[in-house]
Amino acid sequence: MLTRRIIPCLDVRDGRIVKGVRFQNLRDAGDPAERAAAYEAQGADELVVLDVSATPEGRRTRYDTVRAVRGALSIPLTVGGGVRSDDDAGRLLEAGADKVGVNTAAVVDPSLIGRIATRFGSQCAILALDAAAAGPGRWEVVVESGKKRTGIDALEWARRAADLGAGEILLTSWDRDGTRSGYDTELLAAISAAVRVPVIASGGAATPDHLLEALRAGADAVLAASIFHDGEYTVADLKRQLASNGVTVRP
Amino acid sequence: MTQSTVAVVRTGTANLASVAVALRRRGVEHRFADSPRDILDAPALVLPGVGAFKAAMDELDARGFSAALRERVAAGAPTLAICLGLQLFARSSEESPGAEGLGAVPGAVRRLEGDVRIPQLGWNLVEPDPGCGLVEAGHAYYANSYALRERPDGWSAAWTTHGVRFVAALERGPVLACQFHPELSGPWGAALLARWLAQAGVAC
Repeated sequence: MLTRRIIPCLDVRDGRIVKGVRFQNLRDAGDPAERAAAYEAQGADELVVLDVSATPEGRRTRYDTVRAVRGALSIPLTVGGGVRSDDDAGRLLEAGADKVGVNTAAVVDPSLIGRIATRFGSQCAILALDAAAAGPGRWEVVVESGKKRTGIDALEWARRAADLGAGEILLTSWDRDGTRSGYDTELLAAISAAVRVPVIASGGAATPDHLLEALRAGADAVLAASIFHDGEYTVADLKRQLASNGVTVRP
Repeated sequence: MTQSTVAVVRTGTANLASVAVALRRRGVEHRFADSPRDILDAPALVLPGVGAFKAAMDELDARGFSAALRERVAAGAPTLAICLGLQLFARSSEESPGAEGLGAVPGAVRRLEGDVRIPQLGWNLVEPDPGCGLVEAGHAYYANSYALRERPDGWSAAWTTHGVRFVAALERGPVLACQFHPELSGPWGAALLARWLAQAGVAC
């Protein structure tokens, strides 16, 4: 049976891991390739690198980062952040990504998802969906690293992206990201029910219980950053906890 | 020390970086097969593949590779097919109705079904039949919406289940076709790759 995945996330700016709350107050948290290798050794099922470089110079270094991380890994690597075209996606795949996440550019031009899916396969085309609460049971899509609310309904966008060929949805709760208050399980349940493709939960994880809640709400995989970077838990710790609660994980 | 090289078939859109890195870790460099002759003569050949069945077959046909691949597999020359590469061995696929596969094995590739997420993305079991010499039991990383469901005569198979039971791998001597990605399957995948390279007489 397909196991549930634990996915450490590296937010990378100008070649270094950074962390902060809602992408603000970023501080240095290490070398991407070194951390990637450490997480694989702990039992990570996959790794996500999100490039949050603010400048074109910073963004150019991301291919070197991807190459270095790929060289240190023998598990799947998803790369996102600033992907604007299918050629951008192709360059990231060439550098060593296995999947590419698209966010803002896909909202501006949804056909980007189809172009990536057609050229490289749906399993490569990941929709990074950042959602913020917009009323009871309603969420809207936010873009540009959370700076801009779009008014687009998150459920409708998830469905449309899956129809266009997105093979997976990396769903980040904008309200929970960096808050350590747990994933938005209501949002997760709604999106998971709206699409057939796998959904990765992101935003708010601080404890093993948070991961368990997200998986029970319908997530196929759970993504977290700071709990790993701070050394509070290893991936192996979390897998033990999940397994003892009846979740099937890769040993 | 002899130069250890594996030829890789470029199917246009396949992501080759992970395969190249995995080979390099075993001390093996890769080069691209650039002619049908090359496909027939390479001591060891990798047929990777992501993307759609028809697009990959069109590319193989256009470059005259299809007949050479069929001949190579029939002759039992060391070949490793990955993901879509395995599916291309079949005669056809529900993904691309009307498109003709290599036909190295009978049978048709079908879409996954059942109360499961599609595509299957993640780690699932590999359960080899007793006849398998290369594939051992373990967990491997899969990324597929389609799969072969029957074991062709003359091949040993490994199995997994996602909604339906399907072929995780086929092997016949040094010809190994994996629905999962050995190059993304951690130490378990690296060990499988090493066994195949050893059987192919390339390295290790």
